[in-house]
Amino acid sequence: MSKFKKGGKSELPAISTASLPDIVFMLLFFFMVATVMRDSSLMIENRLPGADQVEKLKKDRTTFIYAGKPNSQYKQFGEEPRIQFNDAFISVEDVQASVLQAQADMNEELKSKIVVGLKVDKDTHAGLVSDIKQELRKANTLKVMYITNTKAE
Amino acid sequence: MAKRAAPEVNAGSMADIAFLLLIFFLVTTTIEKDKGLLRSLPPIDDSEVEPPIIKQKNLFTVLINRRNQLLVEDEQMELKDLRQATIEFLDNGGGTNAEGASCDYCQGKRSPSSSDHPDKAIISMKHDRETSYEKYIDVQNELVAAYNFLREREATRLYKRYYPNEDKVYAAMLAEKEKNQFKKDEELNERIETIKKLYPLKLSEAEPDKN
Repeated sequence: MSKFKKGGKSELPAISTASLPDIVFMLLFFFMVATVMRDSSLMIENRLPGADQVEKLKKDRTTFIYAGKPNSQYKQFGEEPRIQFNDAFISVEDVQASVLQAQADMNEELKSKIVVGLKVDKDTHAGLVSDIKQELRKANTLKVMYITNTKAE
Repeated sequence: MAKRAAPEVNAGSMADIAFLLLIFFLVTTTIEKDKGLLRSLPPIDDSEVEPPIIKQKNLFTVLINRRNQLLVEDEQMELKDLRQATIEFLDNGGGTNAEGASCDYCQGKRSPSSSDHPDKAIISMKHDRETSYEKYIDVQNELVAAYNFLREREATRLYKRYYPNEDKVYAAMLAEKEKNQFKKDEELNERIETIKKLYPLKLSEAEPDKN
């Protein structure tokens, strides 16, 4: 008359999957925090040039200007490299107004620290870039970052 | 009839829902990875002041033509040699700066025909409108690399004792500043400023000719 029953055969208990949702949620939150939504869809080809002496970009104070050839979806705009800001093509003359608009939308304390990130396709001619820079000087947004891919040294 | 306990909600599908969300976020988002070369543009200057006369020997001219060929100090040069040539120019220290002090940390040849002092040494860059952007960035990168090399050397000389385990002292200092961006470390900032002052980045870009 023992208190402890002797089971006939001891079956292995099934592995509990109750904590699986927790693990997956943890991963989910990690990715939600560590990543950003793809914002503007590119209408141009954008293969960045490479460089090894790079600095990190401070995302909160940066506004992006894209330039390059219109990609296959936007062939009707021709072969000449164009400037894209947010979701539209703009002309060189509009760069100043667009950047000032972006600056006005920024946080008060970051307005003076605005950085313009230039994501320019590597086959673009440098004349377009210097036109953009001239416009940026007119807008008095003098900090520029040429966004590049990181090349191994 | 006795009141029955409400049946427990089946949470078995919770994992599936969470996976679905996870995959959605994986697909629609990107991990931050933008890096680049930071540069300050000169402000527009309308004043009629005569620009100061810069001696030819303190000027290092880099031209890129429409065929992406480099002309450095009136000689054709390959991109791979540009870094070394720039370092030699900046580090020459043949004379004195505006205060009359000579460059006691320069390790260059001290040739009288090259730059007087890193304070005075100016790199002047000009490109054609048809130059490719890739080449332009390559050249910018080499020029920045020359400055970084010299700053790294000085940082190692001055502050190696604070970073005994680091190979690249200047890089380590910048990384530390980046890491502590929310608390001001006066001492560190001062050190970085000191290094930057030894080799101030003086890069002027001429506008390409309109043709």
